[in-house]
Amino acid sequence: MDLIRMKGVKKSYKNGVTAIHNLDLRIKKGQFVFIIGPTGCGKSTLIKMLYREEKPTAGHIIVGGLDVAKLRNSRVFKLRRKLGVVFQDFKLLPKSTVYENVAFALEVLGAPKDEIHAKVVKVLDLVGLKHKAKQYPNQLSGGEQQRVAIARAIVNGPKLLICDEPTGNLDEGTSMEIMKVLVEINKMGTTIIMVTHDTEIVSALKKRTILLDSGRIVKDFEEGTFSYEAIKNVR
Amino acid sequence: MKLLRMLGRNIRDSFKSVFRNFALSLASISCITITLIVVSISIILSINVNNFASLVEKDVTIVAFLDTQITEEQKTVVEETIKSLDNIDSYEFTSKKDITEEMMDSSETFKNIMANWSEEENPIQDTYQVKVKEIEKIGKTAKEIEGIKGVSVVKYGEGMVEQLVVVFDTVRKICIGMVIALILVTAFLISNTIKITIVARKREIDIMRLVGASNINIKIPFIFEGLFLGALGSIIPIIATVIGYDTLFEHFDGQLFSPFIQLVNPNPFTFYVSLILLIIGILVGMFGSWRAVRKHMKI
Ligand SMILES: Nc1ncnc2c1ncn2[C@@H]1O[C@H](COP(=O)(O)OP(=O)(O)OP(=O)(O)O)[C@@H](O)[C@H]1O
Ligand SMILES: [Mg+2]
Repeated sequence: MDLIRMKGVKKSYKNGVTAIHNLDLRIKKGQFVFIIGPTGCGKSTLIKMLYREEKPTAGHIIVGGLDVAKLRNSRVFKLRRKLGVVFQDFKLLPKSTVYENVAFALEVLGAPKDEIHAKVVKVLDLVGLKHKAKQYPNQLSGGEQQRVAIARAIVNGPKLLICDEPTGNLDEGTSMEIMKVLVEINKMGTTIIMVTHDTEIVSALKKRTILLDSGRIVKDFEEGTFSYEAIKNVR
Repeated sequence: MKLLRMLGRNIRDSFKSVFRNFALSLASISCITITLIVVSISIILSINVNNFASLVEKDVTIVAFLDTQITEEQKTVVEETIKSLDNIDSYEFTSKKDITEEMMDSSETFKNIMANWSEEENPIQDTYQVKVKEIEKIGKTAKEIEGIKGVSVVKYGEGMVEQLVVVFDTVRKICIGMVIALILVTAFLISNTIKITIVARKREIDIMRLVGASNINIKIPFIFEGLFLGALGSIIPIIATVIGYDTLFEHFDGQLFSPFIQLVNPNPFTFYVSLILLIIGILVGMFGSWRAVRKHMKI
């Protein structure tokens, strides 16, 4: 079953730049999908439309049964509750502890305290940060901060996790640790879409990989078929 | 339950925010304080003016003395003219004869003297006693009556009473003008304070949106912040009103200069004024923040 369906999607920004051209894409429930491509090719734009940070100029986008293209601003939160988003810059609250940062995602939904506690502890355990619950973001390494961000993104049990260059600020070893966490989360049934520049990771994991160039899908590698050679001429 | 929890969280956040930008909050709070003090003065003045104007109106009468040599036709013209003035509530004619008799009845001395007066010698004049509708305009009405041909002298009331009414009324009008201007300035200042809060908390707002907080849930803390600013700004005006008016009332023994001018009793008057001040403070605060949220929170 498809979790995401995009058909004839086009995105032009107000300044006249068309970042995505007539794009079709289907992603099945439970898949792990990399989106790669040269800088400025529209990767971020593509996923921004999935969590409705941007509205497509034309076309249809269905995410988990919601017609995202038609979603009104005041209803965006309904979509956001079904998915988690992780960024290169973590986007943590600096004055809140690790625990508070993760709990924040449940607090704004009005969850009861004991339920919040149970879920936060569980998810911190999953990302391996249970022992740092009381620390503040600036007391953590980049990799640890990103794991907090991941914990926050999945604490609500979303069907979909969207990551925009989650390892962009991290060194190789740390990146691999983050990837382990993501693969773990994927195994538990969460669909993951990850934008990355890191072809090491992509070729190591050999997940489904979509190559974007100038706002168009130029190659869609099925799981296990990614080869570094095939993308050389694009880079 | 869920709603209550979220409300609790919102209120806590807004309260924190007031103290996080305390310098800025203080500017808004002071502005509200000044506004509400002026509001309080206006209310106290208006209510008191209305109160003693209505007390005084019952008692203040214009007395128009007619010329001694007035003819019957002229008298009718005078009456018609008085009748036609706008500010006239009622009038009454008392003839020279009536007064003379009344005075002669009141004392033997008068009787002896006055009995010897001939019609020409009698200095007593026919009069009209006129009551006005609006005490503030009594002076004008008296002038109009004085201008009527055949009317020689006009006297009215205590003099000071209507002057006081006029002064109080002028002060009240100035206050109302000031209140309107101040409310605008205050709303603008609060709007600005909230705007800065919004900018300062942009990261938090973005994250809230990201993790699926509804728009209302994101906006409410800022509206509450405005509410708090308004409520905090009303504290000093309320205290000043209650203590100030009580002291004033005690000091003047409930009346100003003469028993004519009764002050409104502080209880429960100051209680109502306080309530009005609190409500105005809160409304202005919420209006200011609502504006800022509408303008600066693009969600
Ligand atoms: N908000 C915006 N307004 C106008 N143009 C934009 C906006 N965001 C992106 N663009 C343009 O759209 C195109 C695609 O940008 P996008 O951010 O999607 O690229 P990207 O593939 O994520 O790049 P990178 O790998 O550098 O992150 C670029 O030409 C960019 O300049
Ligand atoms: Mg990008």
